[in-house]
Amino acid sequence: MLDGLQSLGRATLGFFERLGRGNLFLLQALSNLPGMLLRPRLVLTQLYSVGVLTLLIVLVSGLFVGMVLGLQGYNTLVDFGAEDSLGVVVALSLVRELGPVVAALLFAGRAGSALTAEIGLMKATEQLSGMEMMAVDPVQRVVAPRFLAALLSMPLLAAIFSAVGIYGGHFVGVGLLGVDDGAFWSQMQNSVDLRADIYNGVIKSVVFGFVAGWIALFEGYDAIPTAEGVSRATTRTVVHTALVVLGLDFVLTALMFGD
Amino acid sequence: MNNRTVEIGVGLFVALGIAALFMLAMQVSNMSSITRKESYVITAAFENIGGLKVRSPVTVSGVRVGRVDAIDYDMHSYEAVVSLRIDDNYDTFPEDTSASIFTAGLLGEQYIALEPGGSMNNLKPGDRIQLTQSALVMEQVIGQFLYGSAARNTAEPEAGEPGAGGL
Repeated sequence: MLDGLQSLGRATLGFFERLGRGNLFLLQALSNLPGMLLRPRLVLTQLYSVGVLTLLIVLVSGLFVGMVLGLQGYNTLVDFGAEDSLGVVVALSLVRELGPVVAALLFAGRAGSALTAEIGLMKATEQLSGMEMMAVDPVQRVVAPRFLAALLSMPLLAAIFSAVGIYGGHFVGVGLLGVDDGAFWSQMQNSVDLRADIYNGVIKSVVFGFVAGWIALFEGYDAIPTAEGVSRATTRTVVHTALVVLGLDFVLTALMFGD
Repeated sequence: MNNRTVEIGVGLFVALGIAALFMLAMQVSNMSSITRKESYVITAAFENIGGLKVRSPVTVSGVRVGRVDAIDYDMHSYEAVVSLRIDDNYDTFPEDTSASIFTAGLLGEQYIALEPGGSMNNLKPGDRIQLTQSALVMEQVIGQFLYGSAARNTAEPEAGEPGAGGL
Protein backbone atom coordinates (compact mmCIF):
# COMPACT_ATOMS: atom_id res chain seq x y z
CA MET A 1 0.00 0.00 0.00
CA LEU A 2 2.59 2.52 1.10
CA ASP A 3 5.00 1.23 -1.52
CA GLY A 4 2.39 1.86 -4.21
CA LEU A 5 1.84 5.38 -2.95
CA GLN A 6 5.56 5.96 -2.84
CA SER A 7 6.09 4.84 -6.43
CA LEU A 8 3.17 7.02 -7.56
CA GLY A 9 4.69 9.98 -5.77
CA ARG A 10 8.09 9.26 -7.21
CA ALA A 11 6.66 9.04 -10.72
CA THR A 12 4.82 12.34 -10.29
CA LEU A 13 7.86 14.10 -8.86
CA GLY A 14 10.01 12.64 -11.62
CA PHE A 15 7.57 13.89 -14.24
CA PHE A 16 7.60 17.44 -12.90
CA GLU A 17 11.33 17.39 -12.41
CA ARG A 18 11.76 16.42 -16.05
CA LEU A 19 9.27 19.06 -17.14
CA GLY A 20 11.22 21.66 -15.19
CA ARG A 21 14.52 20.52 -16.66
CA GLY A 22 12.95 20.66 -20.10
CA ASN A 23 11.81 24.23 -19.58
CA LEU A 24 15.15 25.36 -18.17
CA PHE A 25 16.83 23.73 -21.14
CA LEU A 26 14.48 25.51 -23.52
CA LEU A 27 15.16 28.83 -21.84
CA GLN A 28 18.89 28.25 -22.11
CA ALA A 29 18.61 27.30 -25.78
CA LEU A 30 16.42 30.29 -26.57
CA SER A 31 18.75 32.75 -24.85
CA ASN A 32 21.55 31.41 -27.06
CA LEU A 33 19.63 31.85 -30.31
CA PRO A 34 20.57 35.50 -31.02
CA GLY A 35 24.25 34.62 -30.69
CA MET A 36 23.79 32.20 -33.55
CA LEU A 37 23.60 35.12 -35.96
CA LEU A 38 27.32 35.61 -35.39
CA ARG A 39 28.09 32.01 -36.28
CA PRO A 40 26.06 31.26 -39.39
CA ARG A 41 28.38 28.43 -40.41
CA LEU A 42 27.25 26.29 -37.48
CA VAL A 43 23.63 26.83 -38.43
CA LEU A 44 24.35 26.14 -42.09
CA THR A 45 25.77 22.68 -41.38
CA GLN A 46 22.77 21.88 -39.25
CA LEU A 47 20.36 23.20 -41.85
CA TYR A 48 21.94 20.68 -44.17
CA SER A 49 21.53 17.67 -41.89
CA VAL A 50 18.13 18.74 -40.52
CA GLY A 51 16.54 20.31 -43.57
CA VAL A 52 18.18 19.20 -46.78
CA LEU A 53 18.36 15.53 -45.85
CA THR A 54 14.66 15.58 -44.90
CA LEU A 55 13.77 17.17 -48.21
CA LEU A 56 13.57 13.97 -50.23
CA ILE A 57 11.12 12.16 -47.96
CA VAL A 58 9.00 15.31 -47.71
CA LEU A 59 8.91 15.71 -51.48
CA VAL A 60 7.93 12.10 -52.11
CA SER A 61 5.32 11.93 -49.32
CA GLY A 62 3.87 15.28 -50.32
CA LEU A 63 3.46 14.14 -53.89
CA PHE A 64 1.72 10.92 -52.92
CA VAL A 65 -0.46 12.46 -50.22
CA GLY A 66 -1.61 15.03 -52.78
CA MET A 67 -2.29 12.32 -55.34
CA VAL A 68 -4.33 10.28 -52.88
CA LEU A 69 -6.28 13.41 -51.90
CA GLY A 70 -6.98 14.07 -55.56
CA LEU A 71 -8.18 10.52 -56.13
CA GLN A 72 -10.33 10.25 -53.02
CA GLY A 73 -11.66 13.76 -53.29
CA TYR A 74 -12.64 13.15 -56.87
CA ASN A 75 -14.46 9.92 -56.05
CA THR A 76 -16.53 11.67 -53.39
CA LEU A 77 -17.13 14.93 -55.23
CA VAL A 78 -18.12 13.34 -58.53
CA ASP A 79 -21.21 11.88 -56.83
CA PHE A 80 -22.44 15.43 -56.25
CA GLY A 81 -21.31 16.68 -59.63
CA ALA A 82 -18.93 18.98 -57.77
CA GLU A 83 -15.62 17.67 -59.07
CA ASP A 84 -14.66 21.23 -60.03
CA SER A 85 -14.15 21.86 -56.31
CA LEU A 86 -11.36 19.29 -56.21
CA GLY A 87 -8.75 22.05 -56.12
CA VAL A 88 -10.37 23.54 -53.03
CA VAL A 89 -10.46 20.20 -51.23
CA VAL A 90 -6.84 19.38 -52.02
CA ALA A 91 -5.47 22.84 -51.31
CA LEU A 92 -7.36 23.48 -48.08
CA SER A 93 -6.65 20.11 -46.53
CA LEU A 94 -2.97 20.37 -47.43
CA VAL A 95 -2.38 23.98 -46.47
CA ARG A 96 -4.38 23.91 -43.26
CA GLU A 97 -3.72 20.47 -41.83
CA LEU A 98 -1.80 17.85 -43.72
CA GLY A 99 1.12 20.01 -44.81
CA PRO A 100 2.22 21.14 -41.34
CA VAL A 101 1.22 17.93 -39.52
CA VAL A 102 2.59 15.29 -41.87
CA ALA A 103 5.73 17.32 -42.50
CA ALA A 104 6.21 17.57 -38.72
CA LEU A 105 5.72 13.81 -38.28
CA LEU A 106 8.22 13.08 -41.05
CA PHE A 107 10.54 15.66 -39.54
CA ALA A 108 10.34 13.92 -36.16
CA GLY A 109 11.08 10.56 -37.74
CA ARG A 110 13.87 11.69 -40.02
CA ALA A 111 15.55 14.64 -38.31
CA GLY A 112 14.31 14.54 -34.70
CA SER A 113 15.49 11.01 -34.06
CA ALA A 114 18.87 11.80 -35.63
CA LEU A 115 19.27 14.88 -33.42
CA THR A 116 18.45 12.91 -30.27
CA ALA A 117 20.79 10.06 -31.15
CA GLU A 118 23.60 12.46 -32.04
CA ILE A 119 23.40 14.49 -28.85
CA GLY A 120 22.71 11.44 -26.71
CA LEU A 121 25.81 9.79 -28.09
CA MET A 122 27.82 12.96 -27.54
CA LYS A 123 26.73 12.78 -23.95
CA ALA A 124 27.44 9.06 -23.64
CA THR A 125 30.95 9.50 -25.01
CA GLU A 126 31.41 12.49 -22.70
CA GLN A 127 31.97 14.96 -25.49
CA LEU A 128 29.56 17.36 -23.84
CA SER A 129 31.45 17.21 -20.53
CA GLY A 130 34.64 17.61 -22.51
CA MET A 131 33.32 20.84 -23.97
CA GLU A 132 32.42 22.09 -20.52
CA MET A 133 35.93 21.30 -19.37
CA MET A 134 37.21 23.57 -22.14
CA ALA A 135 34.79 26.30 -21.03
CA VAL A 136 32.69 25.87 -24.15
CA ASP A 137 28.98 25.93 -23.40
CA PRO A 138 27.52 22.83 -25.09
CA VAL A 139 24.08 24.42 -25.24
CA GLN A 140 25.52 27.30 -27.18
CA ARG A 141 27.84 25.27 -29.38
CA VAL A 142 25.73 22.15 -30.00
CA VAL A 143 22.11 22.75 -29.10
CA ALA A 144 21.35 26.29 -30.27
CA PRO A 145 22.37 25.87 -33.94
CA ARG A 146 20.35 22.68 -34.19
CA PHE A 147 17.34 24.33 -32.59
CA LEU A 148 17.53 27.28 -34.96
CA ALA A 149 17.91 24.93 -37.92
CA ALA A 150 14.77 23.03 -36.86
CA LEU A 151 12.86 26.30 -36.43
CA LEU A 152 13.92 27.50 -39.87
CA SER A 153 13.46 24.31 -41.83
CA MET A 154 10.02 23.24 -40.58
CA PRO A 155 8.01 26.04 -42.27
CA LEU A 156 9.99 25.56 -45.48
CA LEU A 157 9.43 21.80 -45.41
CA ALA A 158 5.71 22.22 -44.73
CA ALA A 159 5.36 24.72 -47.56
CA ILE A 160 7.21 22.41 -49.94
CA PHE A 161 5.00 19.53 -48.82
CA SER A 162 1.82 21.52 -49.50
CA ALA A 163 3.02 22.86 -52.84
CA VAL A 164 4.14 19.47 -54.11
CA GLY A 165 0.93 17.91 -52.81
CA ILE A 166 -1.19 20.40 -54.70
CA TYR A 167 0.68 19.58 -57.89
CA GLY A 168 0.17 15.88 -57.10
CA GLY A 169 -3.55 16.44 -56.71
CA HIS A 170 -3.54 18.49 -59.89
CA PHE A 171 -1.77 15.70 -61.75
CA VAL A 172 -4.33 13.08 -60.67
CA GLY A 173 -7.40 15.30 -60.89
CA VAL A 174 -6.69 17.24 -64.06
CA GLY A 175 -4.22 14.95 -65.77
CA LEU A 176 -5.77 11.56 -65.16
CA LEU A 177 -9.40 12.06 -64.15
CA GLY A 178 -10.32 14.95 -66.43
CA VAL A 179 -11.24 17.76 -64.03
CA ASP A 180 -11.19 21.11 -65.80
CA ASP A 181 -7.84 22.84 -65.37
CA GLY A 182 -9.27 26.35 -65.10
CA ALA A 183 -11.92 25.34 -62.58
CA PHE A 184 -9.32 23.54 -60.47
CA TRP A 185 -7.15 26.62 -60.02
CA SER A 186 -9.81 29.34 -60.02
CA GLN A 187 -12.05 27.67 -57.43
CA MET A 188 -8.96 27.08 -55.32
CA GLN A 189 -7.96 30.73 -55.56
CA ASN A 190 -11.49 31.80 -54.68
CA SER A 191 -11.67 29.71 -51.54
CA VAL A 192 -8.15 29.75 -50.13
CA ASP A 193 -7.44 32.91 -48.20
CA LEU A 194 -3.90 34.19 -47.83
CA ARG A 195 -4.29 35.29 -44.24
CA ALA A 196 -6.77 32.76 -42.88
CA ASP A 197 -5.30 29.69 -44.54
CA ILE A 198 -1.74 30.16 -45.75
CA TYR A 199 -0.44 32.32 -42.89
CA ASN A 200 -2.08 30.11 -40.31
CA GLY A 201 -0.55 27.06 -41.94
CA VAL A 202 2.87 28.67 -41.73
CA ILE A 203 2.29 29.61 -38.08
CA LYS A 204 1.34 26.01 -37.37
CA SER A 205 4.49 24.69 -38.98
CA VAL A 206 6.68 27.12 -37.02
CA VAL A 207 5.04 25.95 -33.79
CA PHE A 208 5.57 22.32 -34.79
CA GLY A 209 9.20 23.01 -35.67
CA PHE A 210 9.68 24.61 -32.26
CA VAL A 211 8.12 21.66 -30.47
CA ALA A 212 9.86 19.00 -32.56
CA GLY A 213 13.24 20.68 -32.11
CA TRP A 214 12.73 21.19 -28.41
CA ILE A 215 11.69 17.58 -27.73
CA ALA A 216 14.41 16.05 -29.88
CA LEU A 217 17.21 18.15 -28.39
CA PHE A 218 16.02 17.82 -24.82
CA GLU A 219 15.62 14.05 -25.07
CA GLY A 220 19.16 13.80 -26.38
CA TYR A 221 20.57 16.21 -23.81
CA ASP A 222 18.72 14.52 -20.97
CA ALA A 223 19.31 10.93 -22.11
CA ILE A 224 20.82 8.40 -19.76
CA PRO A 225 24.35 8.18 -21.15
CA THR A 226 24.31 4.51 -22.07
CA ALA A 227 23.53 2.68 -25.29
CA GLU A 228 20.14 1.69 -23.92
CA GLY A 229 19.39 5.16 -22.63
CA VAL A 230 20.11 6.73 -26.01
CA SER A 231 17.95 4.21 -27.82
CA ARG A 232 15.08 4.89 -25.40
CA ALA A 233 15.50 8.61 -25.80
CA THR A 234 15.35 8.28 -29.59
CA THR A 235 12.13 6.30 -29.40
CA ARG A 236 10.66 8.80 -26.95
CA THR A 237 11.51 11.64 -29.30
CA VAL A 238 9.49 10.20 -32.14
CA VAL A 239 6.55 9.12 -29.99
CA HIS A 240 6.32 12.32 -27.95
CA THR A 241 6.74 14.58 -30.95
CA ALA A 242 3.98 12.74 -32.82
CA LEU A 243 1.63 12.94 -29.83
CA VAL A 244 2.35 16.58 -29.09
CA VAL A 245 2.09 17.62 -32.75
CA LEU A 246 -1.26 15.91 -33.20
CA GLY A 247 -2.62 17.31 -29.94
CA LEU A 248 -1.33 20.80 -30.62
CA ASP A 249 -2.74 20.64 -34.12
CA PHE A 250 -6.21 20.17 -32.71
CA VAL A 251 -5.79 23.10 -30.34
CA LEU A 252 -4.36 25.35 -33.06
CA THR A 253 -7.08 24.38 -35.51
CA ALA A 254 -9.75 25.13 -32.93
CA LEU A 255 -8.17 28.52 -32.25
CA MET A 256 -7.53 29.44 -35.89
CA PHE A 257 -10.46 28.02 -37.80
CA GLY A 258 -12.88 27.62 -34.90
CA ASP A 259 -15.41 30.26 -35.78
CA MET B 1 31.10 16.31 -45.90
CA ASN B 2 32.35 18.62 -48.59
CA ASN B 3 31.69 22.23 -47.66
CA ARG B 4 30.56 23.15 -51.16
CA THR B 5 27.99 20.34 -51.28
CA VAL B 6 26.57 21.47 -47.94
CA GLU B 7 26.23 25.04 -49.08
CA ILE B 8 24.70 24.14 -52.42
CA GLY B 9 22.28 21.78 -50.67
CA VAL B 10 21.20 24.41 -48.16
CA GLY B 11 20.87 27.01 -50.89
CA LEU B 12 18.71 24.67 -52.93
CA PHE B 13 16.58 23.83 -49.90
CA VAL B 14 15.96 27.43 -48.93
CA ALA B 15 15.25 28.45 -52.53
CA LEU B 16 12.78 25.57 -52.90
CA GLY B 17 11.08 26.45 -49.63
CA ILE B 18 10.71 30.10 -50.56
CA ALA B 19 9.49 29.15 -54.03
CA ALA B 20 6.88 26.86 -52.45
CA LEU B 21 5.71 29.63 -50.09
CA PHE B 22 5.55 32.03 -53.01
CA MET B 23 3.60 29.53 -55.08
CA LEU B 24 1.15 28.99 -52.21
CA ALA B 25 0.67 32.73 -51.83
CA MET B 26 0.31 33.60 -55.50
CA GLN B 27 -1.16 30.59 -57.17
CA VAL B 28 -3.19 28.89 -54.47
CA SER B 29 -4.59 31.78 -52.48
CA ASN B 30 -6.38 34.93 -53.49
CA MET B 31 -3.36 37.16 -52.90
CA SER B 32 -3.22 38.22 -56.54
CA SER B 33 -6.74 39.61 -56.24
CA ILE B 34 -6.26 41.26 -52.84
CA THR B 35 -3.30 43.40 -53.76
CA ARG B 36 -4.95 44.96 -56.73
CA LYS B 37 -5.19 48.54 -57.83
CA GLU B 38 -7.46 51.34 -56.65
CA SER B 39 -11.11 50.67 -55.93
CA TYR B 40 -14.19 52.42 -54.62
CA VAL B 41 -17.17 51.36 -52.53
CA ILE B 42 -20.87 51.58 -53.28
CA THR B 43 -23.62 50.11 -51.15
CA ALA B 44 -26.87 48.29 -51.82
CA ALA B 45 -29.67 47.33 -49.45
CA PHE B 46 -31.32 43.93 -49.76
CA GLU B 47 -34.28 42.41 -47.98
CA ASN B 48 -32.53 39.09 -47.86
CA ILE B 49 -28.98 38.29 -48.87
CA GLY B 50 -29.31 34.52 -48.61
CA GLY B 51 -25.86 32.94 -48.38
CA LEU B 52 -23.88 35.94 -49.61
CA LYS B 53 -20.52 36.27 -47.90
CA VAL B 54 -17.83 38.89 -47.57
CA ARG B 55 -15.48 38.53 -50.57
CA SER B 56 -18.21 37.09 -52.78
CA PRO B 57 -17.74 38.29 -56.37
CA VAL B 58 -19.58 41.22 -57.95
CA THR B 59 -20.13 40.79 -61.66
CA VAL B 60 -21.54 42.68 -64.62
CA SER B 61 -22.54 40.55 -67.59
CA GLY B 62 -20.60 37.75 -65.96
CA VAL B 63 -17.37 39.76 -65.74
CA ARG B 64 -16.02 40.13 -62.22
CA VAL B 65 -15.62 43.83 -61.43
CA GLY B 66 -15.27 43.70 -57.65
CA ARG B 67 -15.98 41.91 -54.41
CA VAL B 68 -18.33 42.23 -51.46
CA ASP B 69 -16.46 44.33 -48.91
CA ALA B 70 -18.76 44.20 -45.90
CA ILE B 71 -22.23 43.10 -44.90
CA ASP B 72 -24.18 44.98 -42.22
CA TYR B 73 -27.72 45.08 -40.95
CA ASP B 74 -29.55 48.40 -40.87
CA MET B 75 -31.78 48.60 -37.78
CA HIS B 76 -33.79 51.52 -39.21
CA SER B 77 -34.85 50.12 -42.54
CA TYR B 78 -34.59 46.47 -41.43
CA GLU B 79 -32.52 45.59 -44.44
CA ALA B 80 -29.13 44.08 -45.05
CA VAL B 81 -26.65 46.65 -46.33
CA VAL B 82 -23.93 45.24 -48.55
CA SER B 83 -20.84 47.28 -49.42
CA LEU B 84 -19.46 46.48 -52.85
CA ARG B 85 -15.83 47.25 -53.57
CA ILE B 86 -15.57 47.91 -57.29
CA ASP B 87 -12.31 48.22 -59.22
CA ASP B 88 -11.54 51.78 -60.25
CA ASN B 89 -11.42 51.06 -63.96
CA TYR B 90 -15.14 50.27 -63.85
CA ASP B 91 -16.34 53.64 -62.59
CA THR B 92 -19.09 54.66 -64.98
CA PHE B 93 -22.14 52.69 -63.85
CA PRO B 94 -25.39 54.65 -64.33
CA GLU B 95 -27.35 55.76 -61.27
CA ASP B 96 -30.20 53.38 -61.96
CA THR B 97 -27.98 50.31 -62.02
CA SER B 98 -29.73 47.38 -60.36
CA ALA B 99 -28.14 44.74 -58.16
CA SER B 100 -29.38 41.17 -57.81
CA ILE B 101 -28.13 38.23 -55.79
CA PHE B 102 -27.79 35.10 -57.88
CA THR B 103 -26.43 31.65 -57.29
CA ALA B 104 -23.69 30.20 -59.48
CA GLY B 105 -25.01 26.82 -60.50
CA LEU B 106 -27.55 24.88 -58.50
CA LEU B 107 -25.53 24.63 -55.29
CA GLY B 108 -22.75 27.08 -56.03
CA GLU B 109 -21.74 30.20 -54.16
CA GLN B 110 -23.84 33.33 -54.34
CA TYR B 111 -22.71 36.48 -56.08
CA ILE B 112 -24.03 39.93 -56.88
CA ALA B 113 -24.85 40.74 -60.48
CA LEU B 114 -25.08 44.40 -61.47
CA GLU B 115 -27.20 45.45 -64.39
CA PRO B 116 -26.52 48.95 -65.75
CA GLY B 117 -29.57 51.13 -66.39
CA GLY B 118 -30.01 54.01 -68.80
CA SER B 119 -29.43 57.08 -66.64
CA MET B 120 -27.03 59.77 -67.83
CA ASN B 121 -25.62 60.30 -64.31
CA ASN B 122 -23.10 57.84 -62.93
CA LEU B 123 -22.89 56.26 -59.51
CA LYS B 124 -20.37 58.02 -57.33
CA PRO B 125 -18.26 56.34 -54.61
CA GLY B 126 -20.42 55.91 -51.51
CA ASP B 127 -23.72 55.99 -53.41
CA ARG B 128 -26.44 53.47 -52.76
CA ILE B 129 -27.96 51.31 -55.47
CA GLN B 130 -31.73 51.78 -55.31
CA LEU B 131 -32.94 48.85 -57.38
CA THR B 132 -32.15 45.57 -55.71
CA GLN B 133 -33.42 42.05 -55.96
CA SER B 134 -32.99 39.75 -52.97
CA ALA B 135 -31.57 36.27 -53.00
CA LEU B 136 -33.90 33.42 -53.79
CA VAL B 137 -34.28 31.30 -50.69
CA MET B 138 -35.10 27.75 -51.66
CA GLU B 139 -37.62 27.18 -48.86
CA GLN B 140 -39.53 30.32 -49.82
CA VAL B 141 -39.68 29.29 -53.46
CA ILE B 142 -40.88 25.81 -52.60
CA GLY B 143 -43.33 27.25 -50.05
CA GLN B 144 -44.78 29.65 -52.60
CA PHE B 145 -45.00 26.92 -55.16
CA LEU B 146 -46.82 24.56 -52.78
CA TYR B 147 -49.07 27.33 -51.50
CA GLY B 148 -49.80 28.48 -55.03
CA SER B 149 -50.69 25.04 -56.34
CA ALA B 150 -52.76 24.28 -53.23
CA ALA B 151 -54.64 27.56 -53.66
CA ARG B 152 -55.27 26.78 -57.32
CA ASN B 153 -56.56 23.31 -56.51
CA THR B 154 -59.03 24.60 -53.94
CA ALA B 155 -59.97 27.63 -56.02
CA GLU B 156 -60.69 25.75 -59.22
CA PRO B 157 -63.67 23.63 -58.07
CA GLU B 158 -65.25 26.68 -56.44
CA ALA B 159 -64.75 28.73 -59.56
CA GLY B 160 -65.87 25.81 -61.68
CA GLU B 161 -69.11 24.96 -59.86
CA PRO B 162 -71.00 28.20 -60.39
CA GLY B 163 -69.83 28.15 -63.97
CA ALA B 164 -71.01 24.56 -64.40
CA GLY B 165 -74.30 25.42 -62.69
CA GLY B 166 -74.76 28.36 -64.98
CA LEU B 167 -74.34 26.30 -68.11
